[in-house]
Order: sequence, then structure tokens, then C-alpha cells
Amino acid sequence: MNIDQGEDGNGVLSRSERPDAGLGHASSAGITLMGDPGSRGYFGEFGGQFVPEALVPACQQLETAFRSAWPDSSFRKSLDGILHAYAGRPTPVTECRRLSENLGIRLLLKREDLTHTGSHKINNVLGQALLAKRMGKPRLIAETGAGQHGVAAATAAALFGLECEVYMGEMDVHRQELNVFRMKLLGAKVRSVSNGSRTLKDAVNEALRDWVANVESTYYCIGSVVGPHPYPWIVRELQAVVGNEARSQCREILGGADPDVVVACVGGGSNAAGTFAGFVDSSSELIGVEASGGAAISRGVPGVVHGMKSMFLQDDDGQVQEAQSISAGLDYPGTGPEHAHLSSLGRARYTAANDVQVLDAFSLLSRTEGIIPALEPAHALAFVIEAARAGEIPGGASVLITLSGRGDKDVAQVMDLTAGG
Amino acid sequence: MKLTSYRQKTSEPEILDSTVPGRQSQEPGAAGEPGAAGETGPADADNVRMEGTPGDAFRMHLLPDHKLLVPYVTGGMTPHWAEFVEAAFEAGADGVEVGAPFSDPMMDGPSIQEASRRALGLGTSVQEVISAIARLRTTLLPPAPLFLMSYYNVVFRLGLRRAASTFAEAGITGAILPDLPLHEAEEWTSEARAAGIANIMLVAPTTPDDRARSICNTASGFVYGVGRMGVTGERTDLAKSSRQVAARLKAMTKLPVLVGVGISTPDQAIEVCQDADGVIVGSGVVRRILEGASPADIARFLGGFRKSLDSG
Repeated sequence: MNIDQGEDGNGVLSRSERPDAGLGHASSAGITLMGDPGSRGYFGEFGGQFVPEALVPACQQLETAFRSAWPDSSFRKSLDGILHAYAGRPTPVTECRRLSENLGIRLLLKREDLTHTGSHKINNVLGQALLAKRMGKPRLIAETGAGQHGVAAATAAALFGLECEVYMGEMDVHRQELNVFRMKLLGAKVRSVSNGSRTLKDAVNEALRDWVANVESTYYCIGSVVGPHPYPWIVRELQAVVGNEARSQCREILGGADPDVVVACVGGGSNAAGTFAGFVDSSSELIGVEASGGAAISRGVPGVVHGMKSMFLQDDDGQVQEAQSISAGLDYPGTGPEHAHLSSLGRARYTAANDVQVLDAFSLLSRTEGIIPALEPAHALAFVIEAARAGEIPGGASVLITLSGRGDKDVAQVMDLTAGG
Repeated sequence: MKLTSYRQKTSEPEILDSTVPGRQSQEPGAAGEPGAAGETGPADADNVRMEGTPGDAFRMHLLPDHKLLVPYVTGGMTPHWAEFVEAAFEAGADGVEVGAPFSDPMMDGPSIQEASRRALGLGTSVQEVISAIARLRTTLLPPAPLFLMSYYNVVFRLGLRRAASTFAEAGITGAILPDLPLHEAEEWTSEARAAGIANIMLVAPTTPDDRARSICNTASGFVYGVGRMGVTGERTDLAKSSRQVAARLKAMTKLPVLVGVGISTPDQAIEVCQDADGVIVGSGVVRRILEGASPADIARFLGGFRKSLDSG
């Protein structure tokens, strides 16, 4: 395979060369790669819990609750039951025959678009809402970019009888008005955030402000592998179902082999984290695809924002830059700390796709496979299309892409963007 | 009124000195005060006297019954923002907290968010704010304490050591980093100590006592009691938690205990100062500046606090 030479020279090491694959990068004892980040929540040098003192007890309480719930078989049984009977898991892996032929590779899609609510976000919110219920918190708050997490959170809140408020940047409220209406239908209040860049990062700020003021009654349901410890860990654990299912499904399809390449889009990075978690101990190449206008790992530098030390788009003064992307779900100027860690170790490689490539991929998958993808996973597909055509992914290679969501929410936007074009 | 402890500091100013950065909790209690609840002790061998240095936050104000008034201004929020700092001192402020503008001020309510946005919109850099503080240092009667409030990313991006020494060179008395909790603060604490600037730390209403005690033992300059759960902003009522956090902290530390967040009126300041050593007034100042107040207007507004605190 020759696909590991990224522009940044951040090549992927083979398993035997990979540093401390069994120990992680941290000095704390017993931390495995994509394992328990320990009580301080560090993935190597990234992560941590940079919150005001007012939120420290709440983060600690959440960690305690999760450490008690996660190994509890009754909690897991409830969650698995809901994921199956309500969310529609397991989702299939679909082999794309026409597109595979077109690209000269063997392309498999993990179909998170087929879950209830239409994206992988449901995996996370059902787990967190169940945790909120267990913690006795009657109120759920969430931030949302594309609206997918907001819809998922509102759905889970409705299912569990929790009050729900969703913070959404004003820009996104306009871009995703159907999702706003969906959330309202589901009984949630949508709070339009009109400060800052009026996008996802400002929605996170506003949700954190709400949480500080209402921490006793409120569970903050973060939508991605971002924020202060323990969120990046909790959300990755809840999304690992994607990668774990896909690993065994791929083996059935590929005659016991793992895919040569595993690709997922990265905004905050939850579907990628969940996908990678299933393959991190395999020999598959792991590739995260960011939006070129929001490429926090490819173009960002280390920083401490939204409670975590990670990679962020920022200027020399540490002012966070606004991400620019066709896709509201990737419009976040940072990324999860575990991705920053996987990148620094070279275990995963991060690259970016631009809006034009993404629209081409969106259209190509629709026409060749009858699957309209969300714009977010269309980034992962755009990379694979380019890399396969350039020979960067060699002919015949097996490639798994996590199709994190369906494209219904984006159809009107794509129609506007391509009209007359 | 719980003024006795403050009087003690007045007669024994070295007690304040004993709480220089980095002092840990090895002292069982204040010697000479058997049974004292605080864990900070008197001067001892490893104590560095900081008289005349920036870490010596409020020495010259240690008069009996004197309550500390520390207004807040966002650096760069108007082109001539430094005049508001001077006005605050003219009105009897004991120190001023200057905020470095930040793109994502998650602990701040609408007024200070807007001030930050305007400052960044005017192109204000962190270095400009620091330089302006250095200029204020030369025009203000020394040693007026000037504190820098900054979100941690600004310091992290600058580099902790470089930030601490830059702050010290500018004559900044101490730094307030509201999103840097105790368990992530080790490196900053040591850099601040090495540079000789105070490390002002926050304690929230939800902070458990043992943790609050550790914070008091790590902090220097003063301890910032967060008056209520929530972001900065003006409130019509004083939260019960304001006096509670102050009273808890007073029983733990010899450092001055100032309460901020939700202190909007002179009456609220008097009430919280029944337990606290002073108040930080932020959003009330910033909102008035945003609405076009002049330095004289701000001096009048803060003069009301000064008068009330002096007669309350």
C-alpha cells in the first residue's frame, strides 16, 4: 500500500513499527490505544478537562456515573435493546458494486444512514440519555451544527421523557430549517445562538453557559468526541458499536480479512472515532477526512478550547477561527483530542476534501448506487474517489467508508448550489 | 461583620506574604492561631517576601475595615479603554481586572461577550492589551494592582513561560484564568511563581471544601469566589451562594477573598462584603461602556460602590 504518504509526511506505521500500540502514549499505566483515558482524560498529550471550577464537580459526577454504568450488564442490556429495537441496529455493510467497478477498488459502506433519525448520532444520544436517566437528571441540553445531533438528542429526550433544549448557531438554523422543525416536532426547544460566528462552536459555548447555570438539573449531551473529559471517551465508547459491527461484517464479506483502508469524515470526529475504535488493533489504514475549510488537524495547531486540549484553527493570539464548509456538520474549528493523538502517533492519517470534490462525490454515489449521502460522509467518499483515481489507493484494495448519515437534509442545499451549474 | 481576620492581616502583613505562589498545604494551620481553619501559615523558611512586587496584591490597602473594589474592563473594547482603568482608580478602586479579549468567552454573559467581540473587531491583539497595561503601570501611582483575565488558550498559545514573563515585565500583578481548573493548573502555577506574578484562582459555589482548600493553598494574590452558578452578568438579586462562598473561603485562607459574578449594585456589594474582603464588578461597568458611558460616568458609577463599601 502506498497511500500512507500524506502531504504532511505523516505516514502510517505498520503494526510492528507503531509506537506503544498496546500502551498508548500516556505515561499513566495501562492505557491502551483507544482505551480508557484514565481519570484525567488524556490521550497522550491531548484531552484533559479544562473547565471552570463550577463545572468540575459535574464532570467528575458524570465520569463516576459512566464508570459505574458502562460495565453494568443491565445498563448495557437496556442500551443494546434500544439500539436494536428502536434505532435499527445492527446497520448493514453494503458493497458498492457499480462504484467499485468505476473506481477499480472494492468499496464497502457502513450504513449509519439507515438508523432511526438517519445518522450515527443516534448511537451516542441513546446512550447518554439513558445515562442522564440513571443519574436522575430531568433536563437534556445539546448543541448542534447540521442539526443531526439536535434531532437525535430531541428524539432520545422524547423517548425517555426528558425536557430538551438544543443550541444551534443562527447560521445553521437558516441552513437547516427542516431539522429545526423536526426538533420542535419532537418536543424540543431550539435556541438560536446569535453571538460569535453563529455556528457550531458558538452553540457549544452557549450550551456550556447553560450547563454552568443549571448543572443540578441538567445533563449536557455533547454530540461528538469533543469537550472536557469524560465526554470524548464516553462518546467514542458509545460510537464504537459502528466500528465493532463493521469489523465483523467486513470479515464476512472479505473472507475473514479486514479492509485495507478504513475511511470516515471528521468534524468533531465521533463517527470516525467509533469506526476507528473497531479497527485500531487491525492492520487497516485509518484515514479521517476533514472539510478543507475546517481542517483542524491538517491545518490547525494545538490549543485549549471547549474544555479540551486538541487541535484548533486559530490565529497567533489563540483566537479561534471560523470554519468554512459546505457541510454544517463539519463546520467546527477543532477536532476531538483522541484524533489529535492518533494523528501524532501516526496510527491514523488525516486529510481534507474541498466543497467541489464533495458535491461530485455526493452526486456520484447517488447515481451509481442509489444512495444519497449526507454531505459530511461525502467528504470521506470524495477522498476515496480522488485517491483511487490517482492510484494512491491501489487497484483492488478493499475500502470501508462509514456512511455516517443520509442526505435528505442536504438535498435542498445541493439543489441550490448546483442550480444553473 | 467579620472584619477581625482582616485586621489581623493589617497588623501582621507578613501573613499575606506567606501565601505566595506555590505554597502547598504542608502547613497544618496558621501558627500563632491555634485551631485556625485556614491551612496557610505564617512566613517560614521557604517563604519569599514579595513586598513591592506584583504578587503582593493589595498590601497598601490593608487598612482596618477597608473593603476591596476591583472593577473589570475588557482590554481594547473601545480605542481609549485605558481611560476607564484610570477612572476606576480615581473612583477609589483598589485594583482593576483587565480582560484579554477572546473569541470564545464561555464563562461570560452577553455584556462581556459583546465587549470581547468589539475588541476583536477593532483588531485588538493580546500584546496590545499587555502593552497598554505596561503604560498604565507607568502612569498610575504604584503599586496599583492590575490583573489580567484571560481564557487559557491565549496563555497556552503564547507559551506558558513566555506568557508569565511577558505579564511580569508589563507589571501585571496577577493573572486570572477562569477555564483553568486546579487539576490542570500545575504548570501555570509554577511558571507564574517563577515569573513573580500572582496566580488568582477561582472557587465556585459547587467546589467541595477539600478542593477549595487546595485551591486556596495554590492561589496567590487573592482568591476569586464565584458568586453564583452561571456566567458573568448583572443580576437584580444577590445569590445566596455569594455570601456562602465568601464565608467558606474566609475560613480557609488568609488571602483576600473577593467575590465576582453577579455583583451589580452597591447594596449587593455591601451585602456580600459582610463575608468577603471585596468585590469584582464587571458586567455593570462593561455594559455602561458599551452604551457609551464616559470615563467620568464610570468613575461616578464606581464611586457609588466606593462610598457604599466605605460607609457600609
